[in-house]
Amino acid sequence: MVDQSLVGRTLPPTAPYLVGRQKVTEFALAIGEGDSVCLDVDAARAAGHPDVVAPPTFTIAFVLPAIEAFLRDPEVGWDYAHMVHAEQSISLHRPVHAGDELATTIHVDDLRTRAGSHMLTLRCEVADTAGAAVATCKAVLVTQAGAE
Amino acid sequence: MSAQAGPGTAKGDEIAPTTVRVTRADLVRYAGASGDFNPIHWSDRVAGEVGLPGVIAHGMLTMALAGRFVSAWAGGPAAVRGLGVRFTRPVVVPDDDTGAAIELSGTVSGVEDGVATVVVTAKFDGRTVLGKATAQVLLPS
Repeated sequence: MVDQSLVGRTLPPTAPYLVGRQKVTEFALAIGEGDSVCLDVDAARAAGHPDVVAPPTFTIAFVLPAIEAFLRDPEVGWDYAHMVHAEQSISLHRPVHAGDELATTIHVDDLRTRAGSHMLTLRCEVADTAGAAVATCKAVLVTQAGAE
Repeated sequence: MSAQAGPGTAKGDEIAPTTVRVTRADLVRYAGASGDFNPIHWSDRVAGEVGLPGVIAHGMLTMALAGRFVSAWAGGPAAVRGLGVRFTRPVVVPDDDTGAAIELSGTVSGVEDGVATVVVTAKFDGRTVLGKATAQVLLPS
């Protein structure tokens, strides 16, 4: 049931996502990011990074499946088929690079229902295995109300 | 106009505008790289069924292109510490060899504690596709 009881809920952290070197390179090429720190581990290390650097929006690519798993839960009752991604922000506390193992914790920050639509704000906190904050990603998602 | 972010970056500096073309092949490639296989990004049939004029680009791809535009000015992706957008209009990508043209421009709206805030404009067909698009860039000292 999509209602105010969702607001304030914090989900358990996901299993850590291991950022792969080839995955970073593949993602960088797919968005036309040609910076050598994304494509070449030697260039990344020469620039002071431990491994290839992920483009900023790479983080969203592994956060979205966690959001999908949450919203497709029948108990939540979210109409995923008609969902529109309305807003997205990402704040990186440090760059993400290959070798990082990152767990995502979803917080339901807000829900507004009006004119037949639900507007849900999810804050996804991404942390490394030591528990240090790496990124905060906020998604605003909209779908039709009343289908649940 | 400033070609590159630097210690002298100041409010009002503009990033040289650029145009990025997105083709169906780019959408397929982004789908694979990101894991977003929603068929509205590759099937005209499914896109039409949900009321779209045709296959549209992933909003996250348009956001990534805005990020790349800022990253080139910032001196690399590691300097881009924040990015936020509203997805206001879809980018319709025709099934041809030229694809859709996205025009990107940016202006520094402020600098504080070595971090520049850049307001990015992304247009397709002369209309804005990203609303309130801003980036935070760590400036080289």
